[in-house]
Amino acid sequence: MKPPRFVLARGRFWVGLLPWAWMLLFFALPFALIVKVSLSTPELAIPPYVPPFVMEPGAVLPQLRPDLASYRRLHDELLALGTSGADLQYLSAWGSSLLLAALTTLLCLLIGYPFAYHIARSREAARNTLLMLVMLPFWTSFLLRVYAWMVLLDSSELGLINRLLLAAGLVDAPLQLLYNSGAVLLGMVYSYLPFMVLPLYANLVKLDQRLLEAAADLGARPGTTFLRVTLPLSRRGIVAGSMLVFIPAVGEFVIPDLLGGGDVLMIGRKIWDDFGPNQDWPMAAAVAVTIVLVLIAPIVLLHRHGRTDGRSSGRNAEAGQ
Amino acid sequence: MEPDGEKGADWGAKTGQAYLRIEGATKRFDDTLAVDDVSLAIAEREIFALLGSSGCGKSTLLRMLAGLEVPDAGRIVLDGEDLAAVPAHRRPTNMMFQSYALFPHMTVEANVAFGLWQERPRLTRAEVGARVAEMLELVQMQRYARRKPHELSGGQQQRVALARSLAKEPKLLLLDEPLAALDKKIRQRTQLELVNLIERVGVTCILVTHDQEEAMTMAGRIGVMSEGRLLQVGTPGEIYETPNCRFTAEFIGETNLFRGRVAGGALACGDFPAAIVLPPDAALAAGDEVWVSVRPERVTLSRAGAASSHAPGDANCNAASGEVADIAYLGSHSVYHVRLANGRVVIANVPSVHWGDAPSPTWGDAVRVAWFAPDGVVLTR
Ligand SMILES: Nc1ncnc2c1ncn2[C@@H]1O[C@H](COP(=O)(O)OP(=O)(O)OP(=O)(O)O)[C@@H](O)[C@H]1O
Ligand SMILES: [Mg+2]
Repeated sequence: MKPPRFVLARGRFWVGLLPWAWMLLFFALPFALIVKVSLSTPELAIPPYVPPFVMEPGAVLPQLRPDLASYRRLHDELLALGTSGADLQYLSAWGSSLLLAALTTLLCLLIGYPFAYHIARSREAARNTLLMLVMLPFWTSFLLRVYAWMVLLDSSELGLINRLLLAAGLVDAPLQLLYNSGAVLLGMVYSYLPFMVLPLYANLVKLDQRLLEAAADLGARPGTTFLRVTLPLSRRGIVAGSMLVFIPAVGEFVIPDLLGGGDVLMIGRKIWDDFGPNQDWPMAAAVAVTIVLVLIAPIVLLHRHGRTDGRSSGRNAEAGQ
Repeated sequence: MEPDGEKGADWGAKTGQAYLRIEGATKRFDDTLAVDDVSLAIAEREIFALLGSSGCGKSTLLRMLAGLEVPDAGRIVLDGEDLAAVPAHRRPTNMMFQSYALFPHMTVEANVAFGLWQERPRLTRAEVGARVAEMLELVQMQRYARRKPHELSGGQQQRVALARSLAKEPKLLLLDEPLAALDKKIRQRTQLELVNLIERVGVTCILVTHDQEEAMTMAGRIGVMSEGRLLQVGTPGEIYETPNCRFTAEFIGETNLFRGRVAGGALACGDFPAAIVLPPDAALAAGDEVWVSVRPERVTLSRAGAASSHAPGDANCNAASGEVADIAYLGSHSVYHVRLANGRVVIANVPSVHWGDAPSPTWGDAVRVAWFAPDGVVLTR
């Protein structure tokens, strides 16, 4: 029996409302709160800031007194860019975070693509096993895995890798494996790889095998087929995977902290410090707001790009997704 | 098996002009023998149809020619060149896929140009452009050059796919069910268009279909496949009039099949009231189990007791009485299902003009079916 139309319509309405309610509750409201804090003045109190608006007794509307000092600080650093001796702690943290995130994304893509391609081309029975293996690390805590890398990379004779190298006679003294940018990158790529592989796989598994055969039939060598057919058709997978890696990687500071020894400050670490030891909540909040803004820009651009693309590839979008 | 004895079997091969020669091609997938020891010779500029029911290995054979499937055994020689070691992307063959397999991210133009850009030595941009324009004009798709495949109708996609497979002037054009995605009306019109176009280009062509009408309309010769084997090769007329096995006889058109054992120049048959007189030239030993195939249009129908061209008692004529069980009126002719006394149904196609002014027999009427012995075809398998 079919439920009456209006029940369906109403059901659809409420289901459609759910994501909006979710976004309001867990993104818009907290973000508004952060913006409020970022416009406050730091103060030794609990909470440690004076809000940017005050209710005068008897007034109808609150009086706005935004404090732009935190943003001015970031702005000044931006202006001071290039002058020697300038204090650029926030900007340099920003820079190293973006660089690390970009490198991580690139390496994840280079390593993850063959992964995803291979899984997508495997027999159906093998595919699920391989996917399970990709997701297996999620079964242990993220922190535990980073600590495990510390044990592996330990730079004394006790480090697992060093012990192996020494035992094999490949090195005379233990190598400095931990606390450098290589270790950070390794940890980042290791942790974020599944986020690249999964969307890429979901895309590549839908790639119509006959298109590759058609390309070969038309005289394209395997390399050409990959560049002209496989790669363009997996663009959406590449974009999705890259965003899933890049966006959280920008804010990542646990891995750089633990594996990098803390000599390079990440922007996430700066926020942590300002909220914690420095007790400068407005500054921390202002940095957080800039992160959201900086990351939203490419998402919006890509979204708009994806929309126009969706229109032009409509019915065949399955093949291109 | 070999395509034994048919006139069409090695047309070309005999005259020394076999352009494509397939020898003992075999392909096995796990437990299915998809293509089983197929041998075939095809002449230059010939349009050849592989006909068979679904899953009989037509596509697999075609894919072996294109190099997309490696044969387990056998040889493929095209224009004097053994293709065994030639990978798909270097073969002088082009294929039009059953699903067209147009690149969804490229325009019509780019799809047609794709193969041309792979040519070595490289073609210039102008050369590619000119060739693409020529191809699109050939299939009358110039107006759609800038569209993406999903913005085209099924028929338009089919034409683009055809243009793309013709663009490189392949030595061998392979069409895998080229019209399957079109509806019946358009398909019939397109069949002739396609043949004209292929003949105009002058390319040797193998086309795969499971539609016998399509094969007969389009191809000069037909190869009938079943379960991986090539059962018979011949012109549409040969295949229809002189099938060499029961599968072909039943697959191509309708037929009446009678089984029995040879006994003194006739067939002792369980399901026909009398012994069936065999065609005079049938060389058979007594005791052989054979089948006789009689096409419905060879069977004449007359009212019981009426004078007939098939005189009863004619030594050259097979006849039996029965009653009309079913009639399908198809305009130009009617299909009569006549149930004989022993329950066996014989199908007869009777031209509508046959009855003249007299009323045609109707359900339950007593009638007599008959055919001349030479009109039957003896099948030994
Ligand atoms: N890649 C494959 N793996 C396993 N079996 C296959 C494969 N390709 C084809 N087969 C099997 O080989 C047989 C022949 O397949 P093929 O595709 O050649 O049939 P076809 O004659 O083209 O049928 P259709 O008219 O339905 O397209 C089928 O039984 C099919 O299941
Ligand atoms: Mg097929």
